[in-house]
Amino acid sequence: MKMRSKSVLVGFALSLAVAAPVSAQNEVSAQVTASESQPLQLAQVSGANVFNRNLKKDTNRNAPPPEDGIHDTENEGTFILQPPLEAYQGLPPSDYGNYIDWVKAIDEKKLNPRWDRIDSSEEPFVMDMDIIREVKASVPDVIFPHRQHTEWLACSNCHPAIFIPQQGANQINMSAILLGQKCGVCHGKVSFPITTKSCKKCHSKPKPADWQPPLSEATLKNPWR
Amino acid sequence: MSRVIKHSKFKYVLIAAAAWLSAFMLPQAAHAEYGDVVINNYADAAGIRPVVFPHWFHRIRFRCKVCHADLGFEFKAGGNKITMAKIIDGKFCGACHNGEVAWSVENCAMCHSAIPGTPTHFHGSTVQRLIAPAYKPVESK
Repeated sequence: MKMRSKSVLVGFALSLAVAAPVSAQNEVSAQVTASESQPLQLAQVSGANVFNRNLKKDTNRNAPPPEDGIHDTENEGTFILQPPLEAYQGLPPSDYGNYIDWVKAIDEKKLNPRWDRIDSSEEPFVMDMDIIREVKASVPDVIFPHRQHTEWLACSNCHPAIFIPQQGANQINMSAILLGQKCGVCHGKVSFPITTKSCKKCHSKPKPADWQPPLSEATLKNPWR
Repeated sequence: MSRVIKHSKFKYVLIAAAAWLSAFMLPQAAHAEYGDVVINNYADAAGIRPVVFPHWFHRIRFRCKVCHADLGFEFKAGGNKITMAKIIDGKFCGACHNGEVAWSVENCAMCHSAIPGTPTHFHGSTVQRLIAPAYKPVESK
């Protein structure tokens, strides 16, 4: 009985600690170093839950290099580097990634990155061809626009290593993309990431009005249907 | 007897509470810019800070094609096995960082600026966030 009331007390103390994180910070880190002698992992904790809109948002967007957590503040070079926000002045914003819509920036001529290492007059070979990929599930079908991609990339970047340039030859699914294959070679690393806000950038062609979800085989075989 | 059991229970409660709290309050790893790559294939072993490559800075100036098609950079963090010798020979970073297109290699601290011990990783990548840490070191020869 005594023990139980003690643990209730501890629980109360901990909830206080949550309410006053600054004062509790030292105490907690002391506890952790006491209980786990391992050094802290630098890798991030799995971010699977960042999809939860109730969780805290990253308030320190586009942090300057000394505050971003990967640059060493004891290194003098860190302080010479340009802060991202300074470079992003006037570029169209977006809701994810760098919080910059890079494709729109080129379309609006706010940005004209070089297509050649030295020759600034060279123009990209832009191919305007949309590929429509039907999606089995009820989400809208995918329109893949070659135009936006050829503004940035050469054909050889994707074909034939990542995508075989032939209709029906490429099996793509969201799991593969989230694990960094197919579209995920770039999307989710440098080009716009997969978030709940960006689904419709690719899944942009509404299903036909008479579209019905295909019945699963188990349902079709069910004699009691 | 019962005291011993209770004591051990209390210990577990404490550890669990500490672990739970640490998930919220310990400095959450970096919030660096999306697309920043830390490259630490050889740097730590050579006694210099790992490199931070900012994609955002470079894509303002060059399209992806310049590095990923013309200069032969693979689409893989740490997959290019870049060394200073190759850079001085004008390969990889050295194609531009030669004092002509961009500043030259004597500015060590501008690239080699990551916190020592940071593993090679793609900052903010979906793979990194979903299955941390997705880092496979380069095999040594």
